[in-house]
Amino acid sequence: MKIAVIVFPGSNCDRDLFNAVNDLGGVAEFVSHRATSLAGYSAVLIPGGFSYGDYLRAGAIARFAPVMTEVIRLAKAGYPVFGTCNGFQILTEAGLLPGALKQNLSQRFVCKTVALEVTNNRTPFTSHYQAHQRIDLPIAHADGCFFADQETLDRLEDNGQVAFRYAGENPNGSLNNIAGVTNAAGNVLGMMPHPERAVAAVLGNTNGQPLFESLFATLQEAH
Amino acid sequence: MKQAMTPEEIKAQKPYLDWSLSEREYNYIADTLLHRLPNYTETGLYSAMWSEHCSYKKSKPVLRLFPNKNARVLQGPGEGAGVVDIDDGQAVVFKAESHNHPSTVEPYQGAATGVGGILRDIFSMGARPIASLDSLHFGELSDPKMRMKVQNTVKGIGDYGNCMGIPTVAGETTFDPCYSGNLLVNAMSVGLMDQDQLQKGVANGVGNAVMYVGAKTGRDGIHGATFASADFSDEHATQRSAVQVGDPFMEKLLMEACLKLIQEHPDWLVGIQDMGAAGIVSSSAEMATEGGAGMELNLDLVPQREPNMSAYEIMLSESQERMLLCVVKGHEADVQKIFEDFDLAAVVIGRITDGHDYVLHHDGQVVCNIPVTTLTEDVLEEESEEREPARLAAARQAAAWLPEITDAGATLRQLLAQSTVADKSIFFEQYDSMVQTATVVGPGSDAGVLRVRGTKKGLAMTTDGNGRFVYLDPEIGGKLAVAEAAANIVASGAQPLAITDCLNYGDPTDPEIFWELHHSVLGMAAACRAFDTPVISGNVSLYNENNGQAIHPTPMIGMVGLIRDLAHVIPMAAQHAGDLVYLIGHTGNDFAGSELQKMLTGEISGALNDFDLAATAATQRQLLAAMEAGHVASAHDLAEGGLGVALAEALFKTDLGFKLGLKDMPAAQLFAESPARFIVTVPASHQMAFEAALGTAARQIGEVTASHWLQATLKDGQLNENVATLQTTWEEAIPCQLKSKA
Repeated sequence: MKIAVIVFPGSNCDRDLFNAVNDLGGVAEFVSHRATSLAGYSAVLIPGGFSYGDYLRAGAIARFAPVMTEVIRLAKAGYPVFGTCNGFQILTEAGLLPGALKQNLSQRFVCKTVALEVTNNRTPFTSHYQAHQRIDLPIAHADGCFFADQETLDRLEDNGQVAFRYAGENPNGSLNNIAGVTNAAGNVLGMMPHPERAVAAVLGNTNGQPLFESLFATLQEAH
Repeated sequence: MKQAMTPEEIKAQKPYLDWSLSEREYNYIADTLLHRLPNYTETGLYSAMWSEHCSYKKSKPVLRLFPNKNARVLQGPGEGAGVVDIDDGQAVVFKAESHNHPSTVEPYQGAATGVGGILRDIFSMGARPIASLDSLHFGELSDPKMRMKVQNTVKGIGDYGNCMGIPTVAGETTFDPCYSGNLLVNAMSVGLMDQDQLQKGVANGVGNAVMYVGAKTGRDGIHGATFASADFSDEHATQRSAVQVGDPFMEKLLMEACLKLIQEHPDWLVGIQDMGAAGIVSSSAEMATEGGAGMELNLDLVPQREPNMSAYEIMLSESQERMLLCVVKGHEADVQKIFEDFDLAAVVIGRITDGHDYVLHHDGQVVCNIPVTTLTEDVLEEESEEREPARLAAARQAAAWLPEITDAGATLRQLLAQSTVADKSIFFEQYDSMVQTATVVGPGSDAGVLRVRGTKKGLAMTTDGNGRFVYLDPEIGGKLAVAEAAANIVASGAQPLAITDCLNYGDPTDPEIFWELHHSVLGMAAACRAFDTPVISGNVSLYNENNGQAIHPTPMIGMVGLIRDLAHVIPMAAQHAGDLVYLIGHTGNDFAGSELQKMLTGEISGALNDFDLAATAATQRQLLAAMEAGHVASAHDLAEGGLGVALAEALFKTDLGFKLGLKDMPAAQLFAESPARFIVTVPASHQMAFEAALGTAARQIGEVTASHWLQATLKDGQLNENVATLQTTWEEAIPCQLKSKA
C-alpha cells in the first residue's frame, strides 16, 4: 500500500510529508510532477511549498502538470487524496475541492501554531480523532484565507465537508473559520495547517499523528 | 560591442577612480604585474577583484588575529563556508554575510538576495541548508520611512527563505539612530552534511569544463562589490543599478539540482562555487587560483538576459541564482541532463588550460589575458593608520552615570516596551520557522535548536551583535559579543563549537574607525580562544556610513553549538512551581551602554568594566555539565534590560511567577547589564547537586511560584508586577509603533 507524495518544482514540504508517513510506519514514495501514471499507489499526498514559485497565483500553474490528470482520475475513483497548504491551494485550483484560498487578511505570511477543532471525524483522514477534538497544528502561509460564495458555504456546512475549523484566533480571515474541507464524496481533503509538522514528540507536538493513522487505517480496510 | 576606452585613454582619464581602484593600485598593476597598460575590461576586473569586498585588502591584517582552527574544524575561512565536525561522520556548515548596502537602498530585494547569497554558499559546499538566522539593525521606529524599511526587510527575508523551504529559527533585531542612514542586514545560514561529501571551490585538470548553471546574466548588480566598498551620501542616491533582484523559485531548483549532482555523482565534479560578489570573475578566478590552473572562457556562450552586453558587464554582473562548476571532461552532457530535469540551463563556457593565464574571449576578440593570480593573490594590502577615538579617553575620565530608580516596576514596564527589548514575533512570525520538521526551539528564545534526524543530537544557533558596547569600548565590547553568543548557546544546553562573523564598521580610512575594527577584533579573538570557538567563516562590511556619519562598530557573531542528547535541551521559560531560582554571575553598576541608559538619557556614554574571560568560560562549562547531568529545569541568559527583563521573559507564556529575595541589590541594578550572567531554575530535589556543580558562581535568589506575579524584595524597595500585564506591554509595543500614523 504505497502512498504517493507528489513533487512539483518548488514543493518544499515534500520531504516532511514523506518522513511523516515513513516514520509512522507507512510507505511513501516521491512521484515527479512529470509522471503520467499513478498506478500502484493507494493514496496521494500533495505537499506544501511554492509550486512554480507561486507565480501567477498559488497552485494555478501546478494544476496543469502532467501528474494532475492522474491525481484527478484517482480522486474521482474514490482514492484518498490529501493536500496541505500549497497542496490545498492546488486541489482547489484543480477543481477537486470547493472554494479558493485568498491572501491572508493581514497581508502577511504567518507561521505559528494555532488551535483547531476537528469538525468532522468521519473522513478517511480524521477517523482517529475524537468528534470536536481540540488540537494544535502549525500553519505557515501567505494565502490561506478560505473563501466561497454563501451557497457553497451553506452546502459545505450541511454536508459536513468542513473537516477542520480554527478554534482560537482565525489567523487568515477564512470564512466560517474554515481550516480544511473535503469534497462531497469525502475522499479528498485539503487543509492549510501542516499535520506533517506535528508527528514527533521531540518537536513538542504530535497532534498531526492521528491524521496519518486515520489514513493508514482507511487503506487497511480498503485493502 | 566596442570597448569604451583604449588603454591609453584609461591611463589618461582614470575612470578606475570611480570604481574604487586607486592610482597607486592601477600603476602597480600596469608597471609591476602586467608590464603593460590594462585594457578596459581588465581594468574593470581588477577594480572589482581588488575591492575590499572581494580582497579584504584593508581588513586582512586584522582578520589574521582570529583563531580559526581546533580539532573539530574541517574547513576554516577561505571557502564558501566553514565546516565543523559534529561526530558520527557528520558536519555542520555555516557562514554569515552582510547585505547592508543593497538593503539600505532597496530593503526588500537587498534582504532577499542577502538570504539567497548565503544559502548558495552553504549548498556549494555540498550541504543541505537546514536553517537561516538574521541580525538586523535599524533606525528608530518613530520614523515612518524606517517603519517601511523594517517591514520590507522582513518581507524580503521571509519571501526568499519561505519559498526555499529553509526555516528561519533565530535572530536579533535592534533599533538605534546610528543605523537610520545605513541599515545592517546580516544573514546567516547553517547546513548539514556527511563529511565525505565536502566540496570545494576549485578548478583544475587541463581540458576539464567550466560550466555555468542557473539563471541568465543581466545588467543587475554590476559593480555591487565596489558599491559595497564605498560609503553612502546623498550625492550617490542613484546607485540603485547596483542592487540585484532575487528569484527564490529559481534558487530552489538550483539548490536541488546542485545537491543531486554532488550527492549522486561527486566523481563528475571537480569543484563548485557560488557566483556572488563580482559574479563570474570572482568565482572563476578564485576557483582557478585554488586549483593552480589557467582558464579560458568564451563570454559569447554565457546565457544572457539582455542583448549587447559588453565583456565588462557580463563578467561583473551580480545577477542572482547562478553557480560555476568545474566538470570532468566527458561528463558535460551528464551534468546538463541533471540540470535539464530541473528546467535549468547548464552551459560549457570554457576550459581549464595549462599554465596560469586567465583568458577571456568576446565577440571574436581576446578581451582579457592576464595571470589569474594577479586578480586574486597579488592584491596590494593596505597599511591602515589607526588612532584611539578621542571619545574613549574622555569617557575614562568622566564620572560613571548612575541611574536613580524609585519605581522598579514602572521602569521594568517601560523597558519592556523599548523596541530593542520588546516582542519581535510580529517580524519572526513572517518567517517559516518549522519547515523541514527539525525545529525543537524556534525564534524568540536564547538560541534556535534543531534536531539532527536519525541521531540524539541537536544543534543550537544564535546571532548576536551589540554595537553600543563596542562603540564605548571596542576591545571589551568585542569580548562581550562573543561571550553573549556563547551564553545564548549554553543557555539552550549546547556546547559552543565555532563562530562566523559579519564585521560591520564605518569607513576604515578614518584612523579612529580602523582602530575600532582592530581593537574589537582583538577582544573577539581573545574571547574565541577562551571559549574555544574558532572563527570558521565570515565577512567584512566596511564603509557603513551615511553623509559622513558612521554606524556604531557592530560585529555580529553567529555561533553554533552541539547538544549531545536532545533529552537535555533546556527551555528559556520557568517550568514548575517550587523550583529554585539561581542567579549566576556578578551584578555591578554596569550601566554604560545599557538599554536603561539609552531609555533614560537618550544616548549612551561611559566606560565599560572589564570582565574575566577565563572565569566566564569556566562557569559556562560548569553550567553545561549541570544541564547535561539533568539538574537544570530552565535557563535564560541576561542581556538588554538586565535581570529585570530576563526575569519577566522567563515567565512569559507560562502561568508561573517568581518570589525573590534580592536584599543587597538596589533597584537600579535590576537593569544593570553586567556581563556573563544567567538565571536558572532548578528542581528542589537537585539543589545539592546543582550547587556542588556551580560552586560560588551561582546564588539562590528565590523560587518559582504558582501565582503569575514577579515579586522581589530589593535593597531599597519592592518589585510586585502582574506578569500578564508585563507580557501585554512587551507584546503590544512594536505592533503599536508600526501602526502609528505619525
